[in-house]
Amino acid sequence: MNGVHDVGGMQDFGPIKPEANEPVFHASWEGRVLAMNLAIAAWGKINIDNRRSVRELIPPAEQLAMSYYEKWYAGLVMNLIGVSMVTGAEVESGMPVPGSPKLTPPLTAARVPVFWSNGSPKIRSVPATANFRVGQRVRARNINPLTHTRLPRYARGKFGVVEKAHGIFVFPDTNAQGLGERPQYLYSVRFAARELWGDQARTKDTVYIDMWDDYLESV
Amino acid sequence: MIPPERTGGRCRSEGILANDESNPLDRRRFLKTAATGTAAVAVPGATHAEDHHDHQDVPSDPALRVKALESLLVEKGLVDRPALDALVDTFEHKIGPRNGARVVAKAWSDPAYKHRLLADANKAIAEFGYTGQQGEHMVVVENSPTVHHMVVCTLCSCYPWPTLGLPPVWYKSAAYRSRVVIDPRGVLNEFGLEIPDDVEVRVWDSTAEIRYLVLPERPPGTEGMSEEALAAMVTRDSMIGTAKVLPPGQRVMP
Repeated sequence: MNGVHDVGGMQDFGPIKPEANEPVFHASWEGRVLAMNLAIAAWGKINIDNRRSVRELIPPAEQLAMSYYEKWYAGLVMNLIGVSMVTGAEVESGMPVPGSPKLTPPLTAARVPVFWSNGSPKIRSVPATANFRVGQRVRARNINPLTHTRLPRYARGKFGVVEKAHGIFVFPDTNAQGLGERPQYLYSVRFAARELWGDQARTKDTVYIDMWDDYLESV
Repeated sequence: MIPPERTGGRCRSEGILANDESNPLDRRRFLKTAATGTAAVAVPGATHAEDHHDHQDVPSDPALRVKALESLLVEKGLVDRPALDALVDTFEHKIGPRNGARVVAKAWSDPAYKHRLLADANKAIAEFGYTGQQGEHMVVVENSPTVHHMVVCTLCSCYPWPTLGLPPVWYKSAAYRSRVVIDPRGVLNEFGLEIPDDVEVRVWDSTAEIRYLVLPERPPGTEGMSEEALAAMVTRDSMIGTAKVLPPGQRVMP
């Protein structure tokens, strides 16, 4: 979706404000929100693309006004309700519906180190055809889906060159919608800054963007 | 091994999207949802605090809302509280830019390691044990006298957690994410860095699950320094690409 999360190329957000000696979290609830997102992911019902796509649906003005972890909180609630792990009424009351069974969480403290170090790899060992080769000139497709995509607006329709093939990866556009992982080749594509931004960009400068097979067309 | 995340239940996002288009009320409700966390919009027929005041209001303070959600998830057996504690401890104490700095210092000190790091960053970083969430697919890019690399995620906040820790607020800000692709040199100027015209500025937009770490240039005047001393000089921003590692004795930019 052409949402406000897709900010690449905008110019009016003001100065960048680094914070000296920034803490990992600015309030302890932020750490709890992030931890809950990961602990819930251990159930295998909500994937990273589900999480991103739901946060992107927060209306633009609110999305820009909310803090980072407020968005993660809102997204987590939406995801939990979306897969029926909780109900809206439960979130409102803070209590389980009477009579609901108590489950056993898959992620215990003892399992955290393994859960952490294994990560959640998105590379897949399934057959797939690479439709593009390294060095090939390509164009990013001009697509405007109403659903989740990781093809940023600023690159659509632009010409680039395949720099590297990363391997076969889960395709977020379908994975976010519950339409399957549809694993396919992922490439690093080099774009000249001038191709993206015109003559105001320096001749030498470049932007490298990771793109799946379905985002590209041959020229 | 945790099984790959498969999509179990279908996310309600499509439903929300469809409602958004046809019914502005649902969009407003979503807004309310985001603000209060009640999320009633996603549940057909669910009551909402806005409409019915006959039940407990959701607290407006995020700390209280998050605490309430955690209690609910613990009560339902969906999360284990000590596991959350262990995850927070990991975020705060086990990951961070000191890890990445050790990788950089080793690459500066050991040409064979640097070769391995640039050829297969996953394996080379795993030699230190810095593997895991948001570092599953690492690529290291090397700054040189002809190329200056910098990393961004224009769509969200992708960042190599095991080596750099959680991203700073500015990295996640719209200001950085929007401008770094269109005006990287302007952004670098804000960080106090001037890159000569004949040097290519190469921006990496982390749109997929590949996570990028910049290997900064080793500064002059560091010959013979130990890996430990070198690691102490390597800053977080130099591994994002918004700073250089300064020679010994030079003040770090504020």
